[in-house]
Amino acid sequence: MIWQLDLLILTLVVFCGIGAIMIRDLLGAAILFGAYSFMMCLLWTIMGAVDVAFTEASVGAGVSTVFFVAAVYHTTRRTKD
Amino acid sequence: MKTLGLIIVVLVGAVLVYATVDFPPFGDPASPASLHVSPRYIEKTVEETAVPNAVTSVLADYRGFDTMFETTVIFSAGVACFLLLRVSRRRPPASRQYRHRLTGLTFRVKDGREISLPLRDFEPLDSIWTPHDFIIEKVCRYLIPFIQLFGLYVIAHGHESPGGGFQGGVILGASIILLSVSHNLRTALQRMGEKASALFSPFGVLIYAGTGALCLVLGYNFLDYQALAALLPGGPIMARSHGIFLVEVGVGMAVMGTMVWIFKNLASLGRYDEGL
Amino acid sequence: MEEFLRLIIGKYNYWIYITLMMIGLYAMIAKNNLVKKIVGMNIFQTAIILFYISTGVKKGATIPIIEHSHDAAHQAVRAADYINPLPHVLMLTAIVVSVATLGVALAVAIKVYHRYLTLEEDEILKQIREP
Repeated sequence: MIWQLDLLILTLVVFCGIGAIMIRDLLGAAILFGAYSFMMCLLWTIMGAVDVAFTEASVGAGVSTVFFVAAVYHTTRRTKD
Repeated sequence: MKTLGLIIVVLVGAVLVYATVDFPPFGDPASPASLHVSPRYIEKTVEETAVPNAVTSVLADYRGFDTMFETTVIFSAGVACFLLLRVSRRRPPASRQYRHRLTGLTFRVKDGREISLPLRDFEPLDSIWTPHDFIIEKVCRYLIPFIQLFGLYVIAHGHESPGGGFQGGVILGASIILLSVSHNLRTALQRMGEKASALFSPFGVLIYAGTGALCLVLGYNFLDYQALAALLPGGPIMARSHGIFLVEVGVGMAVMGTMVWIFKNLASLGRYDEGL
Repeated sequence: MEEFLRLIIGKYNYWIYITLMMIGLYAMIAKNNLVKKIVGMNIFQTAIILFYISTGVKKGATIPIIEHSHDAAHQAVRAADYINPLPHVLMLTAIVVSVATLGVALAVAIKVYHRYLTLEEDEILKQIREP
């Protein structure tokens, strides 16, 4: 495990997480959540959990982003906070 | 509410940080989590099941019950989504839109009217008009078979490399979802209808539970794949490997069916006519 | 001082996971929008999964796929050479279950939107109190 890479990706994960809940646009939140999931996948690859990283890459960054976009498509992008 | 929430969150965080003082250091090989049962799994997996990927053998063999009920949870989530969103009665829309395939012109047809030209020259459009993108359609059309082939490879090769039923199932489901996103929901429904996706998920659970029940019938414990040595070639150790494969196929089918099923319900609000 | 530094180096991963958990928990408690709450729930879930995976890490070990398992030169396997596979198995299923529950949560949010025509919690509560 390379700790410099680990620390860099952990910082990015925290920023993506904060961004996903702070942004005032639900579509943006969905996309930032996809980025968060992908960073998480990289983190698990660094830790050697390849199966979990594979699952997260296909589930978190792929399918759940599509689910969010489908839900936002049928509701609204507007959010107050 | 915001300040109260912030206070609660900071308190919980402080308690958790205080708790980490007693944790073993990060990456400690002698931490309690790595000492009791997991060394046995690592040392015996090739010897007992002929599966080098320890994650697959623990997932489907040593802890098979756990995975079976996780698959059931996924299936019931699909059923819950179906029951929440599916509507049976259809309202015919006030007007429909068609695109002429050759010229790319779009027409609006009011209710009750018919097109006098042959209908195969026209394709129906969604009521929220989306631009026709040739490049996205063709690229996805040529990409999807390879994605599906890769999904099957991931399911079948999960014994030797990262992968298995869950990942392969999600990839197979994502290929159908990609078809729906790049073309439209109607095209995806032609390839894999509602009935197919709704039958795939319980059928996958049935394959999983059926493999366990087969072991029971052959006189062993539930999900003890050694019993399959009576039916498959290769002796009891290879039988465990084959049993893991059967179970992974079941998991893959269940996950694929459920992903597509949930997506169709979410994308079309349960009307199955048009959507994302 | 040196002891404090060793504490930071040994534990900073855990502290960042706790930060992520706090972000998720804050979104679940304080955010007004239902989809934001669901995003927060997912962040909380992934933070917990991250914590579980990190308990399986071993320094100087490789991924849990046994090397040279089908060769003639296959030797006895030493458990210290491979990362603990048990947390991976438990969390792998948890991720797939989390996406299934995400689907159900979004279905409920869509239903709520079509009933009240808003996703904001305070507006929904106002409509329930004053029909």
